[in-house]
Amino acid sequence: MLLYVIKRLLLLPLLVIIFSMFAFFIIQAPPGDFVTSYIAELAASGSSIDQAQIDGLRSLYGLDQPIYVQYLKWMGRIITGDLGVSLDWQRPIAELIGERLLLTVLLGIFTFLFTWALAIPIGILSATKQYSFIDYFFTVVNYFGVSTPTFMTALVLMWLAFSKFGISITGLFSAEYVDAPWTYDRVVDMLKHMWLPMVILGLDGTARLARVMRANLLDELKKPYMEMARAKGMSEWRLVMKYPVRLALNPLVSTIGWYLPLIFSGSVIVATVLNLPTIGPMLLRSLTNQDMFLAGSIILIYGFLAIIGTLISDILLVWLDPRIRMEES
Amino acid sequence: MNNLTKPLLTVRNLKTYFKLDEGMVKAVDGVDFDVFPGQVVGIVGESGCGKSVTIKSALRIVEKPGEIVDGEILYHPQKNADANDGPVDLVTLKAHGKKMRDIRGNEIALIPQEPMAAFSPVHTIGNQLIEAVRLHQKVNKKQAFDIAVQALHEVGMPNPERRMGAYSWELSGGLRQRAMIAMALTCNPSLLIADEPTTAIDVTTQAQVLNLLRSLQERHNMSIIFITHDLGVIAQVADFVVVMYLGRVMETGTVDDIFHNPQHPYTKALLESIPTVHSPSKELLPTIEGSIPHPFNRPAGCPFYPRCADFMAGVCDKRTPSLQKINDKQSVSCFLHHDKAEEDEAA
Ligand SMILES: Nc1ncnc2c1ncn2[C@@H]1O[C@H](COP(=O)(O)OP(=O)(O)O)[C@@H](O)[C@H]1O
Ligand SMILES: [Mg+2]
Repeated sequence: MLLYVIKRLLLLPLLVIIFSMFAFFIIQAPPGDFVTSYIAELAASGSSIDQAQIDGLRSLYGLDQPIYVQYLKWMGRIITGDLGVSLDWQRPIAELIGERLLLTVLLGIFTFLFTWALAIPIGILSATKQYSFIDYFFTVVNYFGVSTPTFMTALVLMWLAFSKFGISITGLFSAEYVDAPWTYDRVVDMLKHMWLPMVILGLDGTARLARVMRANLLDELKKPYMEMARAKGMSEWRLVMKYPVRLALNPLVSTIGWYLPLIFSGSVIVATVLNLPTIGPMLLRSLTNQDMFLAGSIILIYGFLAIIGTLISDILLVWLDPRIRMEES
Repeated sequence: MNNLTKPLLTVRNLKTYFKLDEGMVKAVDGVDFDVFPGQVVGIVGESGCGKSVTIKSALRIVEKPGEIVDGEILYHPQKNADANDGPVDLVTLKAHGKKMRDIRGNEIALIPQEPMAAFSPVHTIGNQLIEAVRLHQKVNKKQAFDIAVQALHEVGMPNPERRMGAYSWELSGGLRQRAMIAMALTCNPSLLIADEPTTAIDVTTQAQVLNLLRSLQERHNMSIIFITHDLGVIAQVADFVVVMYLGRVMETGTVDDIFHNPQHPYTKALLESIPTVHSPSKELLPTIEGSIPHPFNRPAGCPFYPRCADFMAGVCDKRTPSLQKINDKQSVSCFLHHDKAEEDEAA
């Protein structure tokens, strides 16, 4: 087990390097660079800029150098812990991300807890009472949950809230608290706003997770060990929770690691629609403006967390399932 | 062995049906037999004839949509306070209720058909044995551990203490079956039900497991219901034999009577289909004419008549013969031996 973890950890730097190359070259892939989109922006607002200034900007940001030199310089800075400066915002990237990190992570964790707290009991109930009214009910609800795009749900709810109750449900704060320092009241205000994005972001995942849990559990409920546990004289509820639920949960618990990058970035589209001050919308903006160092940093952290998350998932799986533990050692 | 004592288990006219969309599967359709204290009863019959459903009915663990629709299963509790109150009809108990659960695993224990899958793969053998102990005995973890180790020791598990931490899939087929037997023994049951316990293991191991069961039976003075589709195995373990066909009992008798003096045409055909008693064959019935009818279109009358050498037209296909005593120890359901039909009794 320990050996397995060490082996996996040794692979980590290699994976991160490969991923960073991908990230950098993909960001570079669209035609033009930050200066091109900067010029376009200026042109749109009626001003212009001469060639000398353009070249000056390019060499200032190192955009005139070959792509691999840019990549190496970027990596060189990142290794020393310097994420660089956002071209677009003209501020240190670490600061920009840091500002939004807390809210993003809070929302991510709440959404995650909401999803699991709801989906697992629903899955268990649907499977143990298969074809009952409650099972059909959740099946229908789940289909809605899975098939409606999340941003749609967000838009519909926003429209409903606004047209029926006249309240705006975008953002995570009321107007007076947006730029206020952290106080008790601001936290309360945030929690009042947080539940709705949490529900919207969580619905989709809840529906999916509940379906998977139901299917996994139905498989397990047919296994001979169920009959054996009954024959031993175990009570029905206790045996269901001890054996099939445990076995049905194993593969799900091992997916927990995959939530790690999502907790960091949050959902891009929904967060943009709801105008949430999280990292997702910032990533979208950096990509459209070709703010390559900001986009690169976010994607790099995202990828790093994805790799760590997968590692955590694999370790969890090995830890939970002795059969896999056996194979690995 | 002693027919004068009262039976431990009495099954009368047991009917367990599965109501499917396609129709009714009469998996068990009027089964009668007794199990006396200390007796090994072998139930034999081709695959699909309702052996497993019969014993699942007795344990009240028939899965949906199966349901006991008729009959009684009288059991004499040996352990709890009302042991002297006479038999309980298990059919009337709630399947998942406390009373039935006190009997399951405690008084009547099961060794299931698939020992491979009957253990949870993510819990240790020890965990599952200790659980079995603590379900029915008021002991602490340490005592339960010792009881479980003792049971493993008794079934001949090498290194029992270490095996407590093993997973079922780490054991060989034979050892896994021993662990299963140990689990069934932890509560000292009065009746052990073994459902084809040797089907999944090789012949040498099979012989060891059969010997083990026999010696355990003597030591604990348990009764055993031993289910198999293999007459060769029956000859090695059983005192008394119940021959089943399509959900009904064709013949019952001592192992000697069944092997040396079979009365029912089906029993005779079964015996002829194995070369010798001691070379059990996998393919049990190559010589019986025809094939088992589909459970949905059971013939009217005697279920065996379409394949029977002694079929009497107008009799066997009209009425269903009931199981009747033809001498002290032997009963047959066949119109060659009596003319009592099920319909007469119902009327
Ligand atoms: N869960 C079930 N659903 C429908 N039919 C079943 C079910 N279990 C058993 N049966 C039917 O009951 C009959 C007897 O099965 P079983 O008792 O398992 O046979 P065996 O004698 O091989 O143990 C078979 O025809 C089988 O198809
Ligand atoms: Mg069977």
